[in-house]
Amino acid sequence: MSETLTYILIIVGVLVTLLTVAAGNIYIERRLLSLWQDRYGPNRVGPFGILQVVADIIKIFTKEDWIPRFADKVVFVLAPGIILVTILITFAIVPFSPDIVIADLNIGLLFFLGLSSLGAYSLVLGGWASNNKYSLLGAMRGAAQMLSYEVFMGLSLMGVVMMTGSFSMVDIVEKQKEVWFVIPQFVGFVIFVIAGLAESHRIPFDIPESESELVAGFHSEYSGMKFGMFFVGEYLGITLISAIVTTIFFGGWLGPDFLPPLAWFTIKVFGFIAFIILLRASLPRPRYDQLIGFGWKILLPLSLINILVTGAIILSN
Amino acid sequence: MPSIAEEILQVFETQGFVTQKTQDDITTLWVPSSKLVELLQFVKNKMNRPFRMLYNISAIDERQRKHREGQPASDFTIVYHLFSFDRNEYLRIKVALLGEYPTLTSITALWENANWYEREVYDFFGVKFDGHPHMTRLMMPKSWKGHPLRKEHPTRATEMGQYNLTNELQDAELNALTFVPEEWGMSRTNGDNEFMFLNIGPQHPGTHGVLRVIVQLDGEEIADSVAEIGYHHRGAEKMAERQTWHSFIPYTDRIDYLGGVLNNLAYLLPVEKLAGIIVPDRAQVIRVMLCEFFRISSHLVWYGTFAADLGQLSPVFYTFTDRERVLEIVEAITGARMHPSWFRIGGTAMDLPNGWEKLVKTFIDYFPKRLNTYDKLIMQNSLIKARTKGIGIFTTKEAIEWGATGANLRATGLKHDFRKATPYSGYENFDFEIPVGANGDCYDRGLVRIEEMRQSLRIIDQCMKNMPSGPYKADHPLTTPPPKNHTMQDIETLINHFVGVTWGPVMPAGEAMIPIEASKGNNGYYLISDAHTNIYRNSIRTPSFAHIQMLPFITKGYSVADLLATLGAMDFVLADIDK
Repeated sequence: MSETLTYILIIVGVLVTLLTVAAGNIYIERRLLSLWQDRYGPNRVGPFGILQVVADIIKIFTKEDWIPRFADKVVFVLAPGIILVTILITFAIVPFSPDIVIADLNIGLLFFLGLSSLGAYSLVLGGWASNNKYSLLGAMRGAAQMLSYEVFMGLSLMGVVMMTGSFSMVDIVEKQKEVWFVIPQFVGFVIFVIAGLAESHRIPFDIPESESELVAGFHSEYSGMKFGMFFVGEYLGITLISAIVTTIFFGGWLGPDFLPPLAWFTIKVFGFIAFIILLRASLPRPRYDQLIGFGWKILLPLSLINILVTGAIILSN
Repeated sequence: MPSIAEEILQVFETQGFVTQKTQDDITTLWVPSSKLVELLQFVKNKMNRPFRMLYNISAIDERQRKHREGQPASDFTIVYHLFSFDRNEYLRIKVALLGEYPTLTSITALWENANWYEREVYDFFGVKFDGHPHMTRLMMPKSWKGHPLRKEHPTRATEMGQYNLTNELQDAELNALTFVPEEWGMSRTNGDNEFMFLNIGPQHPGTHGVLRVIVQLDGEEIADSVAEIGYHHRGAEKMAERQTWHSFIPYTDRIDYLGGVLNNLAYLLPVEKLAGIIVPDRAQVIRVMLCEFFRISSHLVWYGTFAADLGQLSPVFYTFTDRERVLEIVEAITGARMHPSWFRIGGTAMDLPNGWEKLVKTFIDYFPKRLNTYDKLIMQNSLIKARTKGIGIFTTKEAIEWGATGANLRATGLKHDFRKATPYSGYENFDFEIPVGANGDCYDRGLVRIEEMRQSLRIIDQCMKNMPSGPYKADHPLTTPPPKNHTMQDIETLINHFVGVTWGPVMPAGEAMIPIEASKGNNGYYLISDAHTNIYRNSIRTPSFAHIQMLPFITKGYSVADLLATLGAMDFVLADIDK
């Protein structure tokens, strides 16, 4: 098999898997949430309700795709695409196993940070183009939140980069053969998870949406498949954050030999996805200014101290 | 000690004042309209142990009333109910107005919460108040013709001619909903920046129903707001005038639709007062027990939705599951769940079923543990604390000024519960504490309600252990349906039974109001009987109405997120606001 063909196969394979996983996440989230909330969740369509996702997809594709007449049409249509595309592209640098990685860029981590910043545009443009006050407020909050948390997200990863001496994701995984970075870089890990949640605007950081306040926030006016794209984008975002955490802090594909590397990677990723869903089942939402204050007053100094201490230890060795 | 009337008459001499005797023994004074403001100023500010709270303003269309012995001539009577926390007593002041569309001086300068009450009277009776800042309709749509509680206004839609919603009419109705800031004395800019006017509701996930709040936003800070109500108005007071005394009971369940039989009680106490019925002990204790179950059930709905308003998704499922257990007991006893309509004039509909103690016992053993879990899950969560502590504060003085009652009042630190202060239905025989807060913020309002559930459980426990034996319904001809056992021996009982069941009971003419401590606050039905099978006038004072009227006042300067937290902590029911 030629190298090009392998690459194409990997790309197509990753793409198909990811979209399936994103859709599957919806099912997993609904079942897990209902488990924790003392109820059944979807259990009627197919065995264990597993075909619920299919039913939902059929529904969302056949729904009327409505654009409000007061919206800015071009931007309105473009916005949901941005989040989907940026997240899908980011997966290019994720090493699923030693053999399955689309692009082992030597600036892999920077690529991830850059693209995750682009995701904010989706929110802001969507909210702005909707020409709705709730959407605007949601977009405003979203912009402020994502811009703030990007700072700590980048800084929290610097400890790992210093210890590895490389931005390449494959190098980072290889470096963890001795010990997973979650142990030496525990502070970085905590900050990264918090920032990652904020970037994917999930509860407790779902302030751009904040259902009980802003109806549906930035995507109040969206319906049909455009809404579906925001939705799938959110679940892809969870998968991405889980995959990055796994790669950077939990040794990526590494694990005992009785399971193949890809299996280890998958298990870890789904573990994180379940954790993020558990957070949604348990935590309330802080107020917008409290969230930003928490970021700048606590997370920023913490991540700087983390870099300082890591640097000092590396130097002393 | 001189009576209230004597104290007032000492200052004002007689000057056309008339005292009226009512069945509920609330001091009732007729005042000439020219003296009204002066008198209210006196009782609010200058009198010893003053009447600080304006409890309700209502009106009576007297034009068809026959039994008005000893009362001054009047076409429309405006009734002011005041309450004094120092005296623990109500005061009723009446003003007689003559003419088809009379006017009266507004008292909004004296009590800010007179604002909505006066608008309500204008809306329902067409009586205008001079000097009111915003004399418009409150409940009915702007386009409504006529004033529904006037006796000439039709009671049923079928009497009103055919209704056609044409395109023009629909556009006109929609346009009438447009918010014009200038109408409310709001400016669109503060010089440099334009304000954003955000329309929250009537369809909004955070307002718990069809409540509309329009906020004037400076960034995310609330500069001012307007609460618009009436979207849930169903005309309960008008319906009462067509119903018999008995058949109105199911309508009360649906006023505070989470309160169930608590509403029945608030309505039936004055009815029984008018009829002169003494409710037997067993019926009283059964009533207390069910009322406390409904208090718990209502508070559980509040608890879950309060957490949901703050973004916590799960608690609502847990508290609703527990509420289900309460409703199962209610169902076993009454046969219905949310709206049992189970109390009757003179008692209850049935006796307790066999084995009720076991159900109640199981719940008493089960529930405290759950409450402890919720404490850890919700009230001790630092994010919840951050969202609710120091938010939406009002003081005891402000609460009384605005007519706030119930947990919202007690959260400010005032130890006042109408079950203890003005006991009814035998509450004086029960041993329970009145939980109070300290800061009057959203968090304290929550704490008070949670402790109230524990106290309700104590009351239920005492009911279970001390349930008296005896009849569950009074042996009185006006009890409905009347006891049937002697109908075949005694012609008088047979006649009473026949009349009570076919026409409905005829209550002796008079007036009564016995407010109760409902789950949301003080709920009172001011009933007027004209010796007829129908209720002549039924004025309902609901707690949520007063609480929502406070909203613009207590949310000023906070953010939109805080507004929703405040709404969540307030515990209101839309039907309880709009009636």
